[in-house]
Amino acid sequence: MTQKYLIPLTAVFLLFLVAYAGAGAGLGWFFGIVFPYLAVIAFLVGFVIKVMGWARSAVPFRIPTTCGQQKSLPWIKQNRIDNPDTASGVFIRMLLEIFLFRSLFRNTKAAFNRNASNRITYSWEIFLWLAALAFHYAFLVVLLRHFRFFTAPVPSWVQFLEALDGIVQLGLPGLFLSGVVLPAAVLFLLARRLFDQKVRYISQGSDFFPLFLILGIAVTGIFMRYFTKVDILAIKEMTMGLVTLSPTIPDGVANLFYAHLFLVSILFAYFPASKLMHLGGVFLSPTRNMANNTRAKRHVNPWNYDVPIHTYEQYEDHFRDKMIEAGLPVEKKE
Amino acid sequence: MADELTPDELLDKIDYGTDSGNWLDTTKSVQIRPGMYCYAAKPESVETLGLPNARSWNPTEEDWKLPDNWQQIIHDGIKERLEKFRTFKIFMDVCVRCGACADKCHFFLGTGDPKNMPVLRAELLRSIYRNDFTTAGKILQKIPGGQRLGGNRPLTLDVLKEMWYYFFQCTECRRCSVFCPYGIDTAEITIMARELFNLLGLNIDWIATPVSNCYTTGNHLGIQPHAFKDMLEFFVEDIEDITGVDCTPQFQKKGADILFITPSGDVFADPGTYTCQGYLILFQYLKEKYGLDVTWSTYASEGGNFGFFTSHETMKRLNAKMYYEAKRLGVKWILGGECGHMWRVIHQYMDTMNGPADFLEVPVNPITGTKFHNAASTKMVHITEFTADLIKHGKLELDKSRNANRIMTFHDSCNPSRGMGLLDEPRYVIQNVCDHFYEMPPNTIRENTFCCGSGAGLNAGENMELRMAGALPRATALKYVHEKYGVNTLGTICAIDRAALSTLCEYWVPEVEVAGVHELVGNALILPGEKERTEDLRMEPLPGCEEEE
Repeated sequence: MTQKYLIPLTAVFLLFLVAYAGAGAGLGWFFGIVFPYLAVIAFLVGFVIKVMGWARSAVPFRIPTTCGQQKSLPWIKQNRIDNPDTASGVFIRMLLEIFLFRSLFRNTKAAFNRNASNRITYSWEIFLWLAALAFHYAFLVVLLRHFRFFTAPVPSWVQFLEALDGIVQLGLPGLFLSGVVLPAAVLFLLARRLFDQKVRYISQGSDFFPLFLILGIAVTGIFMRYFTKVDILAIKEMTMGLVTLSPTIPDGVANLFYAHLFLVSILFAYFPASKLMHLGGVFLSPTRNMANNTRAKRHVNPWNYDVPIHTYEQYEDHFRDKMIEAGLPVEKKE
Repeated sequence: MADELTPDELLDKIDYGTDSGNWLDTTKSVQIRPGMYCYAAKPESVETLGLPNARSWNPTEEDWKLPDNWQQIIHDGIKERLEKFRTFKIFMDVCVRCGACADKCHFFLGTGDPKNMPVLRAELLRSIYRNDFTTAGKILQKIPGGQRLGGNRPLTLDVLKEMWYYFFQCTECRRCSVFCPYGIDTAEITIMARELFNLLGLNIDWIATPVSNCYTTGNHLGIQPHAFKDMLEFFVEDIEDITGVDCTPQFQKKGADILFITPSGDVFADPGTYTCQGYLILFQYLKEKYGLDVTWSTYASEGGNFGFFTSHETMKRLNAKMYYEAKRLGVKWILGGECGHMWRVIHQYMDTMNGPADFLEVPVNPITGTKFHNAASTKMVHITEFTADLIKHGKLELDKSRNANRIMTFHDSCNPSRGMGLLDEPRYVIQNVCDHFYEMPPNTIRENTFCCGSGAGLNAGENMELRMAGALPRATALKYVHEKYGVNTLGTICAIDRAALSTLCEYWVPEVEVAGVHELVGNALILPGEKERTEDLRMEPLPGCEEEE
């Protein structure tokens, strides 16, 4: 069991060391230019291939999981969101799913007590939902904030987001909320994997790796901002070089930054080949993104083919005498 | 059930703390244990449909008599299904193993077996998928210990046996899907896995033989047409004894208004038979009062579709009879009885597989004028939709007091609730024919409903330990309302439920009986010309008619 998390942890640590030492040994161009470009290409190409692969597969049947009352008789109140029969209902269901993790919000925890009543009890379990939401939104904010490194002049929405993220004014440089929430949420998700017996049992190395990787990215980022105070101007020169496709390696870029960038690149490259593709998959899930109107509207299966069936004629041929004797109507009386 | 575990022994075994081993090791799980698995399909049943590798085999024996190239067959089968089903492909790729589904499965809650966590059940198949079909898996195979990190493994005989064991411990109830942030539906994965097993002739007999019977005789017990008619006539006699009214049904009547199809379980097994009597009484009432012409068919005499537990193709082959017969008889539309997976098939598959039903009319209730817009394409209406509409329009004369002794609760069947959303119609009917109705706790009803533990073809006799363990979550909820409100009757709209829940009650909550919704309708409905009733359809005294001691 321990190898499931120790190996990913070691791997992330080694990746960090490789970049840190490599940049120190004058390989900055590789970690600062070559690998980031390769990673972005791998991400984009991999993402597109994966989504196209899903999209290429047929959706033969309309099989939404319904979570509320169907549309039936006019006086029975339909649950339009959890059991949508129109595209707009589906749209709202998907919005709630994608932006608010609605299904996860329902999560319950079951417990069993071996006593006189032997009841299985269910309690609302909100922490996974909370941590997942905190993690994803903090990650999004961090990602968007980084646009300041890739744009000149920095757009006002990025500045606004920064101001909002730094609304709790603590220390110098000001504290970003996302910088606290993101590692905290990652640590919670990690702790779940390590200490919840059920979740530990189902976890793979590939579940721990992205968590350690993101934690590594967050820690190196926080270190640069609050503790080692890297040369921001040099870094911005380099990142602007990357996005304008005229890469340069300016002097004064800290080795820690190369390590940070390398871990980010690894995350990008790893993304399409991993479970992180749930980012794309959530939009395409046929149990959620289809309307429950299969009896009202015909849905076509692109590979529907004819099958042998036992026809009425064959049936009657087989049972004719018995049917006649029993007084059942038949097509041919002989 | 003398040779099986007592309820206390079964409860002693439950522990949600899972063992700490690595689930990729098959050694423990492939010890296929009596009480937890169903017998293998008989070769003649497999042969009827021309499905592959018909032979006699035994899951507990070492040799499963597989074809030499069985690994290739499975590999090609997976490949084909990845292209034909986007669900399958996405569900193989996007699971993050968050664990939200882990304690949602009735089999996990009842057994504590970690491989009954929906995520892990799916992972059994995903481990093969990752190994054979993903880039990461192909790379990891080459690194020593890499497979352990990625959770991929090659398909060995032990892995196949493990998958078989656990995919036949899933009733395709979809409860896990409700909680999954990506809507991953284990039922869909189980369906694919079972399709793959069928490519190797690895079905269970409680599925294969009903399928074979449904195919040739029209119903799952293989009852021939004259015997089917006899069964209904037997009910007619009973009803006449109770009500004094003749409710003889029509068979294969050309030009009738409506073709009625119900699961044959309603015709053959108590307490479904009482529900069946309820249908007969309702149709007699509507015929007498409003001239509605309903016909039954011995050919299309099975609503339940065990093909659904075999493969999409077999499902289609069995389902085709409904439209085929409706067309031959020239009816206007089809009415369907109370059944769980039958309605999943009708609602989500039938029109796509065997439609368009352009030879039928959009269903209109001729008595109320209500047009069933929600069935505009399939032309098939659920009987609780139909009856609820009649009640709402005041078209039925009901005497609720005849069910006054019934303190009701309602069990939502998995398929109509999570595959359709048929939740309020049956409740409306129950509340109009019964005086007392109490809901079970909210986490166990509607879309959160728990399976009876015997669905998807697992309603056999030899796997009773599994069934009773799987029934536990339903049973504890039922026991709660039984103790709190004195509930003595569990209403349901599924034929498997009527059989399975009766066994469940006998085992876990012996004071509760199971009744179909239309049994209660049949009791309450005042038939034109009926004599004063003193007995209900079970021939037990009506409330107020009990003999003085």
